Formats: sequence, C-alpha cells, structure tokens
Amino acid sequence: MNPATKPSDLDQPAAHLRLVSDRAAGATPGITLSGVSKTYRSRDGDVPSLRPLDFTINDGEFFVVVGPSGCGKSTLLKMISGLLAPTTGEVLVDGELVTKPHGNVGIVFQNALLLPWRNILSNVMLPIDMKGLPRAKYLARAKDLLKLVGLAGFEKKLPWQLSGGMQQRASICRALVHDPKIMLMDEPFGALDAMTRERMNVELMRIQRETGKTVLLITHSIPEAVFLADRVLVMTERPGAIAAIYDVPLPRPRSLDSMSDPVFTELVQRIRKHFFTQGTLD
Amino acid sequence: MAEAKSPSGVSRVLNAAWLRPFVFLLVIVAAWDLSIRLFHIPAYQIPSPGDVVAVLWTDWPELLRQSWPTTYATICGFALSALFGIPTAMLIAGSRTVESYVYPLLVFSQSVPKIAIAPLFVVWFGFGIIPKVISAFLLGFFPVVVSAVQGFKSVDSDMVDLARAMQGSRFRVFCAVNLPHAMPAIFSGLKVSVTLAVVGAVVGEFVGSNSGIGYVLQRSIGTFDLPTMFAALVILALLGVILFWIVDRIERLVIPWHVSQRADIIFAS
Repeated sequence: MNPATKPSDLDQPAAHLRLVSDRAAGATPGITLSGVSKTYRSRDGDVPSLRPLDFTINDGEFFVVVGPSGCGKSTLLKMISGLLAPTTGEVLVDGELVTKPHGNVGIVFQNALLLPWRNILSNVMLPIDMKGLPRAKYLARAKDLLKLVGLAGFEKKLPWQLSGGMQQRASICRALVHDPKIMLMDEPFGALDAMTRERMNVELMRIQRETGKTVLLITHSIPEAVFLADRVLVMTERPGAIAAIYDVPLPRPRSLDSMSDPVFTELVQRIRKHFFTQGTLD
Repeated sequence: MAEAKSPSGVSRVLNAAWLRPFVFLLVIVAAWDLSIRLFHIPAYQIPSPGDVVAVLWTDWPELLRQSWPTTYATICGFALSALFGIPTAMLIAGSRTVESYVYPLLVFSQSVPKIAIAPLFVVWFGFGIIPKVISAFLLGFFPVVVSAVQGFKSVDSDMVDLARAMQGSRFRVFCAVNLPHAMPAIFSGLKVSVTLAVVGAVVGEFVGSNSGIGYVLQRSIGTFDLPTMFAALVILALLGVILFWIVDRIERLVIPWHVSQRADIIFAS
C-alpha cells in the first residue's frame, strides 16, 4: 500500500493544513449543526443519508462542502434552509432553532431555475413576492444586483434569451435580493462550461466580498472548493459523515493565479486522497 | 437560385399559410365530386358537393337557427369541464390520497360509453338543454383532468423548494410557480376538450331533443335527406374549428412565453 494514502497520514496534517474539529458552541452567530442526521424512510426500509454531523459555520465565512455523489450534501442544504427536518439533532441559525423555512437564506441550484414566464427582473424579485415585501422598495436593489453581476440592460429579457452563465448570474441575484444572511449554493456552476465556470468563481468571490454574506457552497470540484473556501468540509460516501475540515490559508483577494500556489496544490492533493482511500477501502 | 426569384403576386397569395387548408379542402371536394361522377354513386348514398352547397345556401337561416342550441350546449359543457376539471386536477396532483381514491375511478368512468348512458340524462332531466350540456361536459371533462394533472405534476420540485424557502405560503407558491407551469398542459387539454364537447352536445341531441344540429342530423337520416345531413356535418365541423381557434387564440394571450409561441416573440421584438 502506498504510504501516502495511509489513514494515519491524514490524521497528522502539516501546520497549514490544520484539521479543525468544530463542536457546537451554543448560541453563537452563524450556522450551528449539532448531532444532525437524516434518515429517509422508504418502503424497503430506512435509508440513512447523513450520519450525525457537528460543525459551525461562522458569520461571513465562505464554507465549501465537497463529497462524492449521493453523500447527502443536498439534504444538508435543505435542512439548513428549513425545508427538511433532521431526523435527530438540531440546526441553529444565529442561535435560533430551525423548524420551518426561515427565509434568511438565498438558494442557488445547479440549474438556474428561472421562471420562463417572468422576465429577468421579476425573476430576481421572486423572493420579494413570496415574502410579501413591498415591491417598490426592493426594485432598485434588484436592479443594482443585476448591475453587480453584469446583467444591466437585460432586465426585460426572458430567461431563454440569456446564456447559461447569464441565467445562473440572475439566479444569484435572486438569492441575494431579500438581503439574506446566508447563501446556500448547490453545485451552482456544475452545468457551466469550464471557462465560464472559472469566471463565475472569481465573480462569486467578488460578490461575497462585497456583500459579506455567509456562503455554504456544495461542489464536486476539489480545486473549485479550495479556490473559493475559507474552510473546506470533506464528506464521506453515503451515509455522509465529516471526513475532515480544512482551513484554506490562501490570502485574499485570490485570483486564478492562486491556483498555482504550492499551498493550493498541496491542499487539493490532500483532499483528493480522501476520496482515493475511500475508493480503495470500499 | 429558384428561391431568389421573386414570386408573382398570385402565387404569393396561393402560398399564404392561412389559405393552404382551404386549397387542400378544395382538392378534397373536387375529388369527392369526381369520384361520384366516375363511379356513378347514387345520390341516396353520397350526395354531390353541389347538392350540399345548395342546401347550405337555401336552408342557411334554418341551419343557423338550429346551430345556436348546439353551440350553446357545447360552450356550457366545455366551460363546466374547465371549471371542474382544473380544480379536480389540482386536488389529484396535490394529494396522493385524493389521487389514489379518485383517479382510478375517473379512468373507469371514462371507459363507460357516454352514448350508451345519454338516454339516462333524458330520463332524469327531460328534453331541454341540460342533458346536452351534461353529455358535452362528460366528454370534455376527462382530457382536461388528464392534461392538467400531468401539468401540475411536472413542476420542478427544486423550484417549489426555492419558493417555499422564501417563506411563500402554499397559495402564493401555487399561483407563482405551479399554476403558470401547468398552463401549457391545461391548454392542450382544453383544446382536445372543446372539440369533444361538440361531439358530446350532438350525442345529447341525438337521444332526446327537438332542436340543434344533432336533431337536424337525426331527422335528415330518417328521411334519407342526405344533402341536408352533409350540410349539418359541415356546420358541426365549422363549429368545432371555430371553437378550437378561439381557445388557441386565448392560449396565445395567456402563455406567450411558452416554447410553442416563441416564434411570434422573435418576430415582434
């Protein structure tokens, strides 16, 4: 066996690859998960999706989750937004227990999911309509956000008249228009081509810096995770559990050049090893 | 090179899209007339187009008068199909329990031939307009429900989750996401429904009525007055086409965003 893939090797990371173990710390600001697990009931019996998870996402942090397909990442996202109740444990947002949709999140899915009968501007305004907030008050904000992502002048276009990358940028505006504290992104750039994806990564980082949102992003791409994140959570295969949480000590602001930084490449390799060891063990 | 040649005025008119079905119709009528002459088909079996047109021309006021009750019954039956069909589909799509109880029974009821039970409505409701409306409703109801259920069910669950995560109430989410999404499917059901409603109204008139095109059909068959019968068929076909066209126009107004309508938007902008 290759000594580099020995599990013991993963447990003793180098100084800048500190393995952070987070424990729920009570009513802290940010998102706290304590003992959260999820088991789906089906006709063939219970299907465990997530093993109990404990971690905290700090305010204003860019937190990225990587894991193999079907490890319950999307379940995690639904539980934080309040759409799905955990089987055990509790989710706290700013110290408050999440039991139903709390509206303090903006969600971006892999598909832009813009409503084809609404133009771009009124698609962005959807959360305002859903929450029943005064439209006039948020209209200017919606237009500013569209300008922020470079979609000024496309307000009256219908979604199908825009490219995939532009649609996804509009859906990011929709996630931000009601000024939520948290942005939940489920493989937001998975459907885009590699070039657009890199550009969107840089842009998302800029948007996060300018708005100061807490971001929880789920991805399959390890380089994308390391490039964007303050911390990366690595998940195991189904039923998902925390394999490790890594700090990303790359200085901000980062550019695409950061990807050739030795710290970056080392961390990417390290995270990749998690999946290799899992693959050979199973 | 042939395309570069500008077509003459006459051929341009002949190639206009709205004229094409009429040109085709003319060909069919000519073939009809020709085959009667060629094969010496007697008039008591198939009337010649000329005779049918003559009846349409001379009996026009009477036929028009008789087509009102049929139109009225069709529209009432169709409106009831839409009025009950869409909410029924909402319930079926919205609740597994309702679906498991209602849907199989609905399919079962659809297999009962309406023509066979139409006399029953005459027994219950007499010879007035009601049996006709009911029979039009029964024929038009099913396609609306089936299409609308499919429309309501094909909503992306992520989209509904997104709207619900924004604290949208069930009603708000339904109006903003589910209902518009189901609209194209609902309209395709309505278009099938409206033509079937015409059939339903005529069936109602067959079994017990003394007015309407169905009654004219029945009477003319009884007296072997085939030109009148064919004229009645022409009127029925026209009725179906006009009602279908009206629903189609309403669809264009209601869902201009749909893929099937996009060509219009491109030309407009």
